[in-house]
Amino acid sequence: MATATADAVASEGRGLYRALAWRRILIILGFTIALALSFTIDIAWGPARYAVGDVIAAIFAPASVTDQVRVVVWDIRMPMALMAIITGAALSLAGAQMQTILANPLASPFTLGISAAASFGAALAIVMGVSIVPFATNFMVPLNAFVMALIATLVIHFISQARGVTVQTVILLGIALVFTFNALLAFLQYLASEQALQSVVFWTMGSLTKATWEKIWITLAVLVFAIPMFARHAWALTAIRLGEDKAASFGVNVRAIRLESMLIVALLAAVPVSFVGTIGFVGLVGPHVARMLVGEDQRFFLPTSILAGALLLSATSVVSKSILPGVVFPIGIITALVGVPFFFSLILSNVRRSW
Amino acid sequence: MVTIALDDIGAYYGRRLTVTGVTTPRFSSGEIVAVIGPNAAGKSTLFKRMAGLLPGPGTVQVEGSGKGKRAISYMPQDTSANAVLTVYESILLARKQGTGWSVSNGDLVLIDGVMQAIDIVDIAFRNLGELSGGQRQLVSIAQTLVREPDILLMDEPTSALDLHRQMEVLAFMQQVARDRGMIVFIAIHDLNQAMRFADKAIVIEHGSLKGVGPTNEVITAQLLRDVYRIDARIEPCSRGHLQIIVDSVAGPGARSSSTVARAA
Repeated sequence: MATATADAVASEGRGLYRALAWRRILIILGFTIALALSFTIDIAWGPARYAVGDVIAAIFAPASVTDQVRVVVWDIRMPMALMAIITGAALSLAGAQMQTILANPLASPFTLGISAAASFGAALAIVMGVSIVPFATNFMVPLNAFVMALIATLVIHFISQARGVTVQTVILLGIALVFTFNALLAFLQYLASEQALQSVVFWTMGSLTKATWEKIWITLAVLVFAIPMFARHAWALTAIRLGEDKAASFGVNVRAIRLESMLIVALLAAVPVSFVGTIGFVGLVGPHVARMLVGEDQRFFLPTSILAGALLLSATSVVSKSILPGVVFPIGIITALVGVPFFFSLILSNVRRSW
Repeated sequence: MVTIALDDIGAYYGRRLTVTGVTTPRFSSGEIVAVIGPNAAGKSTLFKRMAGLLPGPGTVQVEGSGKGKRAISYMPQDTSANAVLTVYESILLARKQGTGWSVSNGDLVLIDGVMQAIDIVDIAFRNLGELSGGQRQLVSIAQTLVREPDILLMDEPTSALDLHRQMEVLAFMQQVARDRGMIVFIAIHDLNQAMRFADKAIVIEHGSLKGVGPTNEVITAQLLRDVYRIDARIEPCSRGHLQIIVDSVAGPGARSSSTVARAA
């Protein structure tokens, strides 16, 4: 009798776990549907008003609509809408893994200066025509951005490994990096020609209007490379959140996974920044939304972070076209306006609750 | 039958060799081995070296286990990481390390069984951040057991537990060792508990071996004076359990005189 009751209690555990896992799968499904909706609205919405039917026709049967509709949908709106999704996904994934690896809730490419470093690298190419990587003139801008982002990432990585370094120290280091690279960027702006200056300024605001199919494919390739790299370490990355000793006791090679993850983070943060400019806070907010909804089991946290970031930037893209009729605001301005209050609330809640 | 022996083991912590020359006789399945010594004696370092988490000279000789690297599992002292994970997920995580994403019914049955044995079913779906220190220790034990090691190295598993839970956990580990044929090493400060539950004891001080053998032969008044610098008697209680009765803290000269005696 007692055994039967005990068995019932024990089997309740796996039943509840399965229910929990299904709930998370449904959340992921919900995000996917919301993202599809947001993407559709993003394409249908813009300064030129077309009937939804025309837009859908332009997507599925381009020959059936006028040249103007086809060009607007395929050459302007579609690249912007896709770039919003891919950039949001990449930045949110980068933020999620930075927060995991550094055990730091305030970590993201933007807050720790990696985006600023990438901006400086890209500006170096735009303003000075300097390529950090020799013989790579065709991809000078993204490669410069990546190399600078990599340097910033490695600085953060190695300093965060040192003894006695706290979560707060790493944040302060991040702020120092932001200031440093912004100062270097200002220096380049001062030297820049009028034309180069304009493109640098426009690009520090972060804008999807520069999106092209080529940039989309490159960013997508980075994302497609990064996701399986993290996915195959899903259990190990989750274990790292239990502490280095605990993860090591589970057989996780913590050092190797940390370094590998940070290198991929640098790539994920640098490439979108080099194409669409600085877009802040997506990498911070996306992972937090995911964590609140599905916890930190990476099998759920990873896809949810990606989808949350993609949805966030896609929805922001719609908002950026809706504030003033006929005007598309740089998306970086909108994410900053939404992100800063969120950042504050994280800092304040973090004072009360240890991470 | 699984056995383990340490042969001239040393361990590097950073560049420093903090544990040296630890050699033990062979321990076998079903035995509980207490690892005792003052704070910072090198007990955790020795465990990490045994588990292959720290480099160092010497060999850890394991025989009779077909599990390779997974034969030895180290359970670190509690860390207060607040990952957003339920207790159930954190135990599943320990089980699934190094495997694919899918979770089989067998995995979940094993987890349910271990959680029930440790009596933590009621906190299965609480977040780790909501647990007390004692509950965290129990979750750590569950995480280690679902990995099904042959040799378990527990770093102060009872330090955050109340007396009832301490007795419960140690008795449970004794049972697990006997039933599953595991060898359980427990770093522990409570020497009365060590004498009660451990078959053998290893004494570590300043990173080197100070004694090894059957617990009652190793923990002696002389050892307490030499290693812990206390004057104490070890006497059986009315029910026959050996107990340490501390008379006084030995003076500063106590240690040096015994060291001189050893040197001589």
